[in-house]
Amino acid sequence: MTLSTKLFFLLSLLLLTACHRDLDPVAFQADGRPPKLSDWHVVEVRDGKLVLNQGVVPYDLNTPLFTDYAHKLRTIWMPKGVSAKYDPTDTFDFPVGTVISKTFYYPRTADGKFSDVARTFDTSKDFAGEGLDLSQVHLVETRILVHRESGWAAIPYVWKDDQSDAMLARTGAVIPLTLVDDKAAREDFNYVVPDESQCSSCHAQDWVSRKIHPIGPKARHLNRDYHYAAGDENELAHLVKVGYLSGAPAPADAPRNANWADEHASLDARARAYLDINCGHCHNPKGAANTTGLTLDVSVPEDRHLGICKPPVAAGRGTGDHLFDIVPGQPDDSILPFRMNSADPGTMMPELGRSTVHREGVALIKAWIASQSGGCVAIH
Amino acid sequence: MRKTLLFLALPLALAACHHDEQAAQSGADATFEANLQQQLLDAKPGSVIDIPAGHYHLQRGLSLRTDGVTIKGAGMDKTVLSFKGQVVGPEGLLVNANDFTIENLALEDTKGDALKINQGKNITIRGVRVEWTGGPKTTNGAYGLYPVKTQNVLIEDSVVIGASDAGIYVGQSHTIVVRRNRAEYNVAGIEIENSVNADVYENTATHNTGGILVFNMPNLSQAGHSTRVFKNQVIDNNTDNFAAKGAAVASVPRGSGVVVNSNDKVEIFDNDIVDSQTANVIISSYFSTNYYNTKGVAADYNPYPKGIFIYDNRFKGGGDSPDGLKFKTLKTAVYGLNGKFPDILWDGYVDEKSLVDGLPPANDRFCIQNGDVGVINADGPHDYKNPSTDTKPYQCTLPKLPPVVLDPEPKA
Repeated sequence: MTLSTKLFFLLSLLLLTACHRDLDPVAFQADGRPPKLSDWHVVEVRDGKLVLNQGVVPYDLNTPLFTDYAHKLRTIWMPKGVSAKYDPTDTFDFPVGTVISKTFYYPRTADGKFSDVARTFDTSKDFAGEGLDLSQVHLVETRILVHRESGWAAIPYVWKDDQSDAMLARTGAVIPLTLVDDKAAREDFNYVVPDESQCSSCHAQDWVSRKIHPIGPKARHLNRDYHYAAGDENELAHLVKVGYLSGAPAPADAPRNANWADEHASLDARARAYLDINCGHCHNPKGAANTTGLTLDVSVPEDRHLGICKPPVAAGRGTGDHLFDIVPGQPDDSILPFRMNSADPGTMMPELGRSTVHREGVALIKAWIASQSGGCVAIH
Repeated sequence: MRKTLLFLALPLALAACHHDEQAAQSGADATFEANLQQQLLDAKPGSVIDIPAGHYHLQRGLSLRTDGVTIKGAGMDKTVLSFKGQVVGPEGLLVNANDFTIENLALEDTKGDALKINQGKNITIRGVRVEWTGGPKTTNGAYGLYPVKTQNVLIEDSVVIGASDAGIYVGQSHTIVVRRNRAEYNVAGIEIENSVNADVYENTATHNTGGILVFNMPNLSQAGHSTRVFKNQVIDNNTDNFAAKGAAVASVPRGSGVVVNSNDKVEIFDNDIVDSQTANVIISSYFSTNYYNTKGVAADYNPYPKGIFIYDNRFKGGGDSPDGLKFKTLKTAVYGLNGKFPDILWDGYVDEKSLVDGLPPANDRFCIQNGDVGVINADGPHDYKNPSTDTKPYQCTLPKLPPVVLDPEPKA
């Protein structure tokens, strides 16, 4: 670390400290499940804002998992003197003591009921890096992933209606909300907070070991800029700078997934990034969905493993009367977009984590399939 | 052994008041659901979760990830978990654990699969009823009892009704016993897929589209072989196929008794196979499913059934009203308008490259020792143009498979 970087770091630290001098330090909970989110002192309500504690670093993903149009404030915290080890492919090797949080929230609609939430992806007005203005947002849940001696634990909290704190909800919850778009069209839905065991459905990416891991903090998802309080900076570089990450190459030399919504990126890169984060945690060679022979993480070649002309194995009525997962050039004859376009629990994919259809995601995957050439011809 | 008693105070009166079609969840149901989820989360190896008699409405799929847990009800007609109002799925119960036992309860009307056990060894399913109560419908969940990638599996004394794919489906597993179950009004009654060493016996499969299926699908972790289907009652499996197109079982003709597709070393003996209107036994290759294409199927996949041995079964009726225009035309061409297919229908696909003097190698043959039972080779490869009814090619025997031994034996 150069002297100037050190100075900058110290200065930033001082500035951050000034904002949060009334918060107790982050409490790594070595075991058990504290009853309140505020017991962790990671994110906390202060003066009408949800604020981040000292050393709690926010981050975003190039392409995030879709969760009913919810916005997400993701944070990471580590004890002093330790750091995560960089890995080009897998989740970074985080030290025991790491606490990751993800707060799901919606921008409120103007003059709407509290249960009216905005259908939008635009997070630019959220000020997530510095906190959330509670008069503008509806907090739904915060999930804690904590790395203990015994491994990672997933602990869900559901926000109280008065938005003062979130309470432990091991068995999850079903919360009726209404999505309102910018033309005031309304869609009622049940926001579902997964139970602890369902958390593992996604976070256990190996169904033999059943160990759970964070999904987002991988090089390809974090290799992007974030609008920090002190200005824009690449997230990998920032994590290295604050001492949370070691062994990382320069961002230009690290893998990077496309932003699914970035129309400057290729359709293929956007679609593969979308499938990677939305499907790859189960559809990988060791995951829950490896029973299907369908692999959708970013590493899979563009052949039958990705679903091209592949007959389904156990889709049941999820086939939607279609014969193959992907029929090149024929999105309306393909199973993938059919299942994405359903909100029926027995048909939809992903099978957990959403109750509404991600219309823009479906449109992306359909456009990607439409752009492929070939078709599938059965042989006898 | 830890034993956890669930809700002693739960009003038994609940059982009486749930015959309406509403999926509404009462406060008592919600409490039950939360408590049951909590028990599944808190379970430790050795835990026994007792669910008393009652008819409970659940909104959300359940899941369990702890080894060594037993879930017990008061009986498959007494303890009923109904998922009619399910908003989160897809399964009724998803298990990712070893040494799991579930017995004496029912799962009804799940949106997707009813009981899925994904990865795990030493699995016992006993006296469990799975039912879609509205009868056979395409909108029913796909699989009833569904262990996949498991080993040392016992499914016994259970009942599955109305699955839109397979009632009892064991996939990509090994060392399997499926016995004394009843499967009815499913597309496939009992299906063993890509599995190794399975004994399927003393079951009753009736009113399904196909009674008992032994399949091999492409692109999966293992190819299946060595299944014995014996002492079963496979009767009147003539329900119209109500699977969604594209599902493997959507290719099964209505009126199929026992079907082997692309699987190897299958023994079918000592069964009563009766009144299946397409054919009592069908032996076929993946080519006949119409899903085979070189882009979407792994190059090392073997689509041909090999080493199939059929002996000492009691056949009766059947073959009189085959499903589909091709089979109807074939039947009329060979046996006349009022004739019927013989008990065994083979689609005729054979690996030409492997033939020695016109026959497959000895252990890959298709052998029949079943009195004067008839066979039709439908000549699928040539679009049914030159069917053959000659039974001489099947006059052979194969070494018999050893019985499947569960190790460890399941707890009584």
